[in-house]
Amino acid sequence: MAIRSSIRKGGVRWGEFSIEVGLACCTLISVITTAAIIFVLVKETLGFFSHVTPAEFLFGTRWVPLLKPSSFGVLPLLWGTLIVTVGAAIIAIPIGLASAVYLSEYASAKVRSTVKPVLELLAGIPTVVYGYFALTFVTPVLKTVIPQIQVFNALSGAIVVGLMILPMIASLSDNALRAVPDTLRQGAYAVGATSYEVTTQVVVPTALSGIMASFLLAISRAIGETMAVTLAAGATPNLSMSMLESIQTMTAYIVQVSLGDTPAGGVAYQTLFAVAALLFLITLLLNIISQWILRRYREVYD
Amino acid sequence: MAEFTPTQLQSKGVTQLQDQAILALQDVSISYSGKAAVSKVSFPIAKHKITSVIGPSGCGKSTLLRALNRMNDFIPNVTTEGKIIYNRQDLYAAEVDPVEVRRNIGMVFQKPNPFPKTIYKNVAWGPGINGRKDSMHELVEKSLKQAALWEEVKDRLDESALSLSGGQQQRLCIARALAMAPDILLMDEPCSALDPISTAHIEDLLYRLKSSYTIVIVTHNMQQASRISDYTAFMEMGDLIEFGKTRQIFTKPHKQRTEEYVTGRFG
Amino acid sequence: MAPRGIHARSTAETSLRKRHARARLFALFCAAVTWAGAALLMLLLYQISVNGFKWFDVQFLTSFPSRFPYKAGIKSALVGTLWLISLVAIISIPIGVATALYLEEFGKKGRLGRMVEINIANLAGVPSIVYGIIGLAVFVRGLGLERSLISGALTMSLLILPVIIIASREAIKVVPMTIRHAAFALGATRWQTAWSHVLPASFPGILTGVILALSRAIGETAPLIMIGALTYVAFLPEGPMDAFTALPIQIFNWVSRPQEEFHELAAGAIIVLLIVLLTMNATAIFIRHRAEKKRG
Repeated sequence: MAIRSSIRKGGVRWGEFSIEVGLACCTLISVITTAAIIFVLVKETLGFFSHVTPAEFLFGTRWVPLLKPSSFGVLPLLWGTLIVTVGAAIIAIPIGLASAVYLSEYASAKVRSTVKPVLELLAGIPTVVYGYFALTFVTPVLKTVIPQIQVFNALSGAIVVGLMILPMIASLSDNALRAVPDTLRQGAYAVGATSYEVTTQVVVPTALSGIMASFLLAISRAIGETMAVTLAAGATPNLSMSMLESIQTMTAYIVQVSLGDTPAGGVAYQTLFAVAALLFLITLLLNIISQWILRRYREVYD
Repeated sequence: MAEFTPTQLQSKGVTQLQDQAILALQDVSISYSGKAAVSKVSFPIAKHKITSVIGPSGCGKSTLLRALNRMNDFIPNVTTEGKIIYNRQDLYAAEVDPVEVRRNIGMVFQKPNPFPKTIYKNVAWGPGINGRKDSMHELVEKSLKQAALWEEVKDRLDESALSLSGGQQQRLCIARALAMAPDILLMDEPCSALDPISTAHIEDLLYRLKSSYTIVIVTHNMQQASRISDYTAFMEMGDLIEFGKTRQIFTKPHKQRTEEYVTGRFG
Repeated sequence: MAPRGIHARSTAETSLRKRHARARLFALFCAAVTWAGAALLMLLLYQISVNGFKWFDVQFLTSFPSRFPYKAGIKSALVGTLWLISLVAIISIPIGVATALYLEEFGKKGRLGRMVEINIANLAGVPSIVYGIIGLAVFVRGLGLERSLISGALTMSLLILPVIIIASREAIKVVPMTIRHAAFALGATRWQTAWSHVLPASFPGILTGVILALSRAIGETAPLIMIGALTYVAFLPEGPMDAFTALPIQIFNWVSRPQEEFHELAAGAIIVLLIVLLTMNATAIFIRHRAEKKRG
């Protein structure tokens, strides 16, 4: 290589520049993805709203989009999603948090180092597998206990969705608890506290924002969950209070429509996008809140 | 009066204590997974005096200090041998409850570690979990006054402790420990994370506290040890090299290593 | 003040005993709940293997789906999944790693950078079925790619791109700044530094993230249903424009049928799927473990 006798001034390194542009274009793809999601959802939803008023969609209590006379009140779908999600949260949050406390505060390093990867593995089990489990195991077991339960029911869906988000809550909450500096635990022990008091009154409150963020992420995941609830909870949109009956979630509706051959452009086709837009907004909101909580909690430690 | 055999102490070159002892270490050895960190250390702690433990980093002084209120219990694979006698009771006897030990022997840590709660709750939490219900407010005020922090925080007791400066946080941690009315206060390099002004504040505070508290302080700052303490123990590589009145240790030490260390020739 | 003994506070004594009891009970409770949760999840795996191994043989792996359970197999689903995942890898890995490199090594860390970062974090949380709808509207209908492998692969790539980007950025972040400074001090450009130092150093981390992302793509069902991956395919795809089916779709199809035999077939297909996933995850854990050891 020849020794450069002078320093180049102001010239552009074209090779370097084109690589940078190429990389920037790749980055642009994620921005375009977001734009495409919003564009598609907004466009088709607006088309839908030219047939159905937003008020009818958001506050109507009957969801009969495919048969005449049709009715487009999304509340039954929202309700289905809500009871499955709440049921799942009731199961997964206490168990997940208790497991996280066990892993972070009580388990030996050896137990922890084996359980943690297993949790990650379980969190990666496809949701269709949970759907199988609901249909072939949970529902039959429930049937022996509660004979009047329907083949498709919200309870079974809630149970398997709860099981599905359990590893995620345990793993993320464990991370949050482990991020609490050990000096805080020692400070608490040094004034004569027991492990229970240290854990419940110092460690968990300190990690609370991280724990809450993990709950919100898991709930958002449960809301967007599709296959398990489609298989377990059925396709009957209704506002029933009973978890023993078949219901339909927003996601299950989307699957139901796309399994049939709905022609593009019709109102039925557009309902897909309107429901998806609502789903998108709800999960986005939860994700933004959980990120906001996480950011705040990082600030406390720095 | 604590029990310890004079021969053991003399064999280590320790001068007899002229004050009443509240705590006595007898052949204390501590090891991490078989690796010795402290070996056969014996010396007494005088009541209502300040005892400082000095030595180069890694000499085992912090490990020793944490043994005095069983904080080492939380580190896996630590074994402690020998006896630490407090009120005729070995702190490591099987029937002794470590929680009870820590209620009587408080600790202040190297880095300020206030709970992420309000200032008030930081002080009130310890007494609260230990069953104190009435006149909590008076106790908080008294403890903060003792820790020379009251004037600075009295109007913001409901603010988060994390809003305080580092020096204030450390004084809050002292107040937190004092609120338990401990017999003995252990301090693990309490000023190492602080600026000189905060350090002076805390040294001042320690001096005032010793009329009613027994203080054991680990420090690598020899000026600090010589300024505030009545007794000094010098450790090196897990061994107690010399123990005696602070003035004696710093002016006419019996051991050559001690002299080399206090005059700054190594460490 | 008189010195108090360790046992002197007799009133506090009984309450302390209670507190210790509560602490023990709490620890026991947490442990019990953890193991109960683990047992439930193990039950799931057990139940699948008991049912699935009934049909698990060579014929099962080498037959096309059929109306008759004893003739049915997962050949087309397995091949479809392999096709799909290869295409997804080809599309998503370069784009994902390039994005991560750009954001960490080139992009200005200004407001715009932060916006992109937040955007990617939010994309990672979008439900998979929404990606399916976008795939349906953009790739299947908009670009006229029909219900083909490439539609599925593009949809799936968009879905796992945020995961790859986030994991790669984490891996790139932990490369010490001093390595970059050393390269810059020798007159290397940003790209030279990134290509010959940052990428190799972060390779294990990136690979781990990529494997985990791909294993997510393998198990995803909803987006494929949305873009209309056929559920009955009695031929093997020969190119990216062909129609296809995939393992999760086949599983969904069999689970949806009322007959028990088909449920058992589904369990068999789940076993295959889980073995693939387990192998991928184990590889990722192994790579991470080895990299951690190397780093010391």
